[in-house]
Amino acid sequence: MKEKHERGSHSSRAGENVVAIRDLSFRWQPQAPIVLNIDRLGIDNGERVFIEGPSGSGKSTLLSLLAGVSVPQKGELRVLDRRLDQLSSVQRDYFRAHHIGYIFQMFNLIPYLTMVDNVTLPCQFSKIRRDNALRRSNTLDAEAMRLLDHLDMTRGDMLHRPVTALSVGQQQRVAAARVLMGAPELLIADEPTSSLDADLREAFVRLLFQECEQAGSTLVFVSHDASLEKLFDRTIRLAEVNAARPESTQEH
Amino acid sequence: MPILRLAWMSLLNRRLTGGLTLVSIALSVMLLIGVERLRVDARESFANTISGTDLIVGARSGGVQLLLYSVFRIGNATNNMSWKSYLDIASMPSVAWTIPLSLGDSHRGYRVLGTNPDYFTHYRFSRDRGLTFTQGQAFDDLFQTVLGAEVAEALGYQLDDAIVIAHGANDVGYARHEDKPFQVVGIMEHTGTPVDRTVHVSLEAIEAIHIDWQSGAPIPGLSISAERARKFDLTPQAITAALIGLKSRIATFKVQRAVNGYTEEPLSAILPGVALSELWGIIGIAENALPIVSAFVVLFGLLGMLIALLTSLNERRREMAILRSVGARPSHIFTLVMGEAAALTLAGIGLGLTLLYGLLLLAQPIVESRYGIHIALSGPTRHEGLLLGIVLLTGLVVGMLPSYRAYKQSLADGLSIRV
Repeated sequence: MKEKHERGSHSSRAGENVVAIRDLSFRWQPQAPIVLNIDRLGIDNGERVFIEGPSGSGKSTLLSLLAGVSVPQKGELRVLDRRLDQLSSVQRDYFRAHHIGYIFQMFNLIPYLTMVDNVTLPCQFSKIRRDNALRRSNTLDAEAMRLLDHLDMTRGDMLHRPVTALSVGQQQRVAAARVLMGAPELLIADEPTSSLDADLREAFVRLLFQECEQAGSTLVFVSHDASLEKLFDRTIRLAEVNAARPESTQEH
Repeated sequence: MPILRLAWMSLLNRRLTGGLTLVSIALSVMLLIGVERLRVDARESFANTISGTDLIVGARSGGVQLLLYSVFRIGNATNNMSWKSYLDIASMPSVAWTIPLSLGDSHRGYRVLGTNPDYFTHYRFSRDRGLTFTQGQAFDDLFQTVLGAEVAEALGYQLDDAIVIAHGANDVGYARHEDKPFQVVGIMEHTGTPVDRTVHVSLEAIEAIHIDWQSGAPIPGLSISAERARKFDLTPQAITAALIGLKSRIATFKVQRAVNGYTEEPLSAILPGVALSELWGIIGIAENALPIVSAFVVLFGLLGMLIALLTSLNERRREMAILRSVGARPSHIFTLVMGEAAALTLAGIGLGLTLLYGLLLLAQPIVESRYGIHIALSGPTRHEGLLLGIVLLTGLVVGMLPSYRAYKQSLADGLSIRV
């Protein structure tokens, strides 16, 4: 499929919305209550946004919409100027592969792959990210090594250890290298620091900022941890933005 | 395709369950093809019991019965045929050779066959293989005997040993021809046919040992020594059956009609091939049970794979979510599991065949020397290929279930990690 969103110069889109939401409403089942109802929400290119909200405020739902896994029943959802609500699920899968880096709360790595194979994984599913990576380094492995080196993950025998033998903090750094691989425009981080010790959290966030800046990516960061909030450009309080008041507090 | 590489890596990661699944599929495939081969070989070796004989002639009876007692040495003849009839048939212009067979006595559980030296020249089995000797040669004197391979082996006989023949099929102490022992002059090679279980003597010897017997018991007060017996006319009165070779097979039905319409006494001539397939039709029912059993074993092997894959799915939900997060489509997830099922089935078939051929290679010399059956180490036959194709197809169909489940799961889970 043809992609119009080749990475151009970062500055050309400065100030443009990377995410633009209008009149959006979402429910998991046709009969289920609305869990997300957002009138307007915009995230600018290059912004580092902190999304804060209590359990059940719809954080994970919002992330699954932004990542193109779910689609709203109503309203407009634009990511990188593409109407995700109008794309088919396969097109959204391609879109995610090409443009979005997603980092989980924990256990981000595939246990049977090496650290480098874990990092290059997105390039197996996206030619755009593969080309981006090869623009920076000669080979995918070299680019993975470059990123891992930035994240201080190439010391000692770390590279040769099975990924399951890494500490949680180290695993999250490898996950960070993976989302940065091939410089996707939008990074989505779903509480990536919640499994880290408090003193490591800020360092991890700063590392992520630094890499985002270099890659020219926008960062959407969800966390419970209000102490990190001050580091970000802007905070979105989902409870204020979301007009829906889901009765159940179940997280999706 | 990178997703297949992932499938492979993932399988390696679960090498214990994967390996066990593989072994169970391999063993079931080995059993399936092994049983199939055994079945075909057994049928072939059965059909090869007698070869080159155009007609079997005996007293009037059913074809299967005549075949059973004349070739398989099972059961007894209803009646004998007279020596005169035998000579009449042997002198028919289309007849190339004849082998007279005289049965009725036994030696320690093995049947004794009275015949003439033509037997060693003309008897054929297994597509024109002739009889050969491991030791010695055919008998050329009255009280000499040639043993089938199994007889010699089981009873531990060597050349020049003396053996005593018992009267009737049951070797009991009071009905032995003790006064006329036989000298072993030849031991035959394994043939994998009833020949192995036969004690061969001359027709004249059969007459000689019965010269002082009547109605199945020694005549009281009459004892004729072995040496004196030689002086009698030992031309047989009657024989049990005869094997007939024709100059041309075209004459088969003509000679058969002539024998069946023989006016001097009621006789039957049968075509061994026809009688063999009739007989196989009766005992072959058991043959169908074996492949059914092994088919079920294969099915259970594949069910093992199904269980292994299904149980692995839950612990792999995280893996699926990670793959989805980097852009894998649900169809990739389907392919991931399907690739694993295909790899397991294919590798199972490969390993199963390797095991089977290894086993055959090991067993070949043993079977050949013990049973005289040559196991051909040929590649899979078309029928076996078909069976393997069905196994592969079944494996893929079985693999669809966990693949589809993983597909649905990954659609429902999206990027949320559920464990």
